[in-house]
Amino acid sequence: MSPLDFTTQELDKLFDLANDIERNPKKYAHACDDKILATCFYEPSTRTRLSFESAMIRLGGRVIGFSDAACSSAAKGESVSDTIRVISCYADICAMRHPKEGAPMVAAEKSLIPVINAGDGGHQHPTQTLTDLLTIRSLKGRLGDFTVGLCGDLKFGRTVHSLIHALVRYENVRFLFISPEELRVPDYITDMLKSRNIPYNEVIRLEDVIAELDLLYMTRVQKERFFNEEDYIRLKDFYILDAAKLALAGDDLLVLHPLPRVNEISVEVDSDPRAAYFKQAQYGVYVRMALILTLLGLA
Amino acid sequence: MLNVGKIEEGFVLDHIKAGKSLELYDHLQLDKLDCTVAIIKNARSNKMGKKDILKVECDIDMLDLDVLAFIDHNITVNVIKNGEIVEKKALVLPAEIKNVIRCHNPRCITSIEQELPHIFYLADPEKEVYRCRYCEEKYPDSAK
Ligand SMILES: [Zn+2]
Repeated sequence: MSPLDFTTQELDKLFDLANDIERNPKKYAHACDDKILATCFYEPSTRTRLSFESAMIRLGGRVIGFSDAACSSAAKGESVSDTIRVISCYADICAMRHPKEGAPMVAAEKSLIPVINAGDGGHQHPTQTLTDLLTIRSLKGRLGDFTVGLCGDLKFGRTVHSLIHALVRYENVRFLFISPEELRVPDYITDMLKSRNIPYNEVIRLEDVIAELDLLYMTRVQKERFFNEEDYIRLKDFYILDAAKLALAGDDLLVLHPLPRVNEISVEVDSDPRAAYFKQAQYGVYVRMALILTLLGLA
Repeated sequence: MLNVGKIEEGFVLDHIKAGKSLELYDHLQLDKLDCTVAIIKNARSNKMGKKDILKVECDIDMLDLDVLAFIDHNITVNVIKNGEIVEKKALVLPAEIKNVIRCHNPRCITSIEQELPHIFYLADPEKEVYRCRYCEEKYPDSAK
């Protein structure tokens, strides 16, 4: 359910498979010829759903599903447990997104087929974290031995929290948290880092630390998260990555973003070789392909 | 002290925080057992000032005492056989508790699906922290 349920060795195996798919897509084009993926989305998330569907279709499989609770039986009051029992008869594997935390876990307990958590409320979004890890490993050539800057809304951003939890398992990782006071990373995370003697620092301005970074993970700073308008106007530019700030950074910096972005990364940055967020979307498909193959026992 | 008859086989749960015995009665589901139960409230205690005591006459395999450790691990559990204390049981925190506490996270799947069990697992034995199996909500709750 969570990337932490895999050992780092199992993750390496998954990522090796994803990289092999990247190099030889033809080899896998019929791996799931007779398989069906059900995408059960109780709340809309077009991008995540399409990345699952693309992954299954690229493996030769087919896709059924719903993209909104309103068009599913949930609207008639059916429980997740009942729905998954029925879906188990229709499909070989399921990707589930649900606004309530733990719903995919409930489904997995009752299901006869593998259930992938495609996001459950603000709780977890493990395939995003797997995507982030695969992107870093593929483009950096390693997981570990780097300084990671996480920038923007570090308080509510679940992708940030699970990425931190996933990265602390690797050697020699240092964190720099770049956020306004109101959106600092929660105490339970800094407590966890302290207890494991993992170095970190919290700063307010991106340009103060960008030169030190090997990785920069950007997230959106939403206006609604601020207590007042003045703070938002005063601070928002600190968290926008533009060409001027990027000029201060090292040559092998990697800029990541879970997408969609609004304005926190200027469009002028897109053509910079250090911008990796669109490649990240591509790796999102490879990692889901690898995950589907692994869970179906076809890897 | 009020005298309640000795029991042949069963448990004497001593050093219960005064006033808590009825709560334990519920958690142990003693209402469902057809056995003799004595509830002693506000007994004098040198250690605690006042305490509650529960005496349960039953087959000693019949009660699941794991839940006691979760509720209050200062309780002393005396196991009685043939009218004698044969064992003072140490209480260990259960790895998992089912339907003892409820998850109050409004975003948790248990908040909308009534038939789901409320399961908490022991996340941090040192700090005695439990978390909801589904959403990882913390118990006891503290500022997040
Ligand atoms: Zn919960």
